[in-house]
Amino acid sequence: MGFLTGLLNSMPGAISQGMIWGIMAIGVYITFRILDVADLTVDGSLCTGGATCVILTLNGVPMAAALLISFIVGLLTGLATGVLHTKFGIPAILAGILTQLGLYSINLHIMGYGTDNGSKSNLPISVDKYSLLVSARYVRELSLRNPVLILIPFILIIIGILYWFFGTEIGASLRATGANQNMARAQGINTDLTIVMGLMLSNGLVALSGALLAQYQGFSDVNMGRGAIVIGLAAVIIAEVVFGKIFRNFFLKMVGCVCGAIIYYVVIQIVLRLGLSTDDLKLLSALVVALFLAIPYWKGKLSAKSVKKGGN
Amino acid sequence: MLEIRDIYKTFNPGTVNEKKALNGLSLKLEEGDFVTVIGGNGAGKSTMLNAIAGVWGLDAGQIIIDGEDVTNLPEHKRAAVIGRVFQDPMMGTAPTMQIDENLALAKRRGKKRGLKANLSKADADEFKVMLQILDLGLEDRLTSKVGLLSGGQRQALTLLMATLEKPKVLLLDEHTAALDPKTAAKVLEATELVVEKDNLTTIMITHNMKDAIAHGNRLVMMNDGKIILDIRGEEKKKLTVESLLHEFEKVSGQEFTSDSAILG
Repeated sequence: MGFLTGLLNSMPGAISQGMIWGIMAIGVYITFRILDVADLTVDGSLCTGGATCVILTLNGVPMAAALLISFIVGLLTGLATGVLHTKFGIPAILAGILTQLGLYSINLHIMGYGTDNGSKSNLPISVDKYSLLVSARYVRELSLRNPVLILIPFILIIIGILYWFFGTEIGASLRATGANQNMARAQGINTDLTIVMGLMLSNGLVALSGALLAQYQGFSDVNMGRGAIVIGLAAVIIAEVVFGKIFRNFFLKMVGCVCGAIIYYVVIQIVLRLGLSTDDLKLLSALVVALFLAIPYWKGKLSAKSVKKGGN
Repeated sequence: MLEIRDIYKTFNPGTVNEKKALNGLSLKLEEGDFVTVIGGNGAGKSTMLNAIAGVWGLDAGQIIIDGEDVTNLPEHKRAAVIGRVFQDPMMGTAPTMQIDENLALAKRRGKKRGLKANLSKADADEFKVMLQILDLGLEDRLTSKVGLLSGGQRQALTLLMATLEKPKVLLLDEHTAALDPKTAAKVLEATELVVEKDNLTTIMITHNMKDAIAHGNRLVMMNDGKIILDIRGEEKKKLTVESLLHEFEKVSGQEFTSDSAILG
């Protein structure tokens, strides 16, 4: 009984966290699935968003503006990776790693703004002193301050805007670039530009997610984005495995990404309650994502084999 | 309409894989010319089309389309005046997007893309009429993913996309080579139809000498990155596979290397 009530008690927190990471997962979905690029910038840009939001709020910038600026700074991190990839000819994965590494220093400096040595690895922000959109403080409260209630419309608006964007001429050229670069260029699409735009949009969303996460947990930390890409991928893949057959429409696919992230955090809560050490969490995440990425590949191999057998 | 002036291209220069693909190639097309191109493997046929499309830069020479020097324009900018159909049916379409979405992308070739909806009702009606002409049953499947189509259907769709906005030059790179004979004939028929309808200036590479003779008003033969034979008008109408093979041996001093070209 104690286990169950404890688990139930932890659910609102897991769901809120999942929703915030869901925004990040949508960003990963844009690069990984739509653009067909694996972008590792996100491990850095998540913290960039959180650090930017916290330092701005601490310095008196209104919360909405702080969130917006975090999003814009996220766009810039994507721009950096995009330029490294398309103009410097560096493979996308490596370009992302380079940006991510560089962002580590930048994130320290963002959080150290105004301090003596200009560098800080952790920056707290209290919901008592500042108005924040979401906070873990109210997660079990039945009021309009509850993060779950705030995040539902917030995320639906984001998904709505993205749905509209990907239906526009520019959005369609972005999708075409991911589907077939050859065709895109033959149809007059500047694929370098669309790739940069996709990376920017993705990292903008990741930074926004980081900003909300920092608000929610009450601090930004230079390590908050470590392994973020794996969580994002996990959410995207869980969504495809669980909802792939029913969520075919693009709007629902993005909803699926958020649901995937929620499932991820609920499952994490369960295994933690079952006694798994938090130290082993990242190993578990990595194994789960590796397994889910491998399943389609194995399936393909199996069916290829059975076709061969049938042919003989 | 299209002028290729003395172009050169060497791949992997200075390595053991060095390949002189284009060797001082020149070719001039008048408006409405429909040129078929034949030549052995490695003659530089596809390389010539890629040079026109701007897939990479040239080592030397110039390419002029309708009076404008496009030699230094990137591929996506040249696409405004060039329609292309590739040999590989996978290359010309976006498989994860719908038929109407693919066509809508093609409709904006060479135009500025903004934040207007990519698909409109009016467009969809227009696409339906066009697909009806192809007669492949695609007009009722506008919202199907292109990945579900057969190779022939994809090539026909790519052809439609290449000509939806009238291109100044249409480049067909063995676009029926990967299809079964019946489908190939159908796609060729559709090609003939669209080229004639808009009087398109066209270059069609084919490995099939019969097709090369049967289509177009002009036939060029390539060897070693150059044009070695250029036959047009009445003279082309009199061509046979035998006389063409004979000509090839005469001008190149070697035997034609592609069996399929002779047997097909």
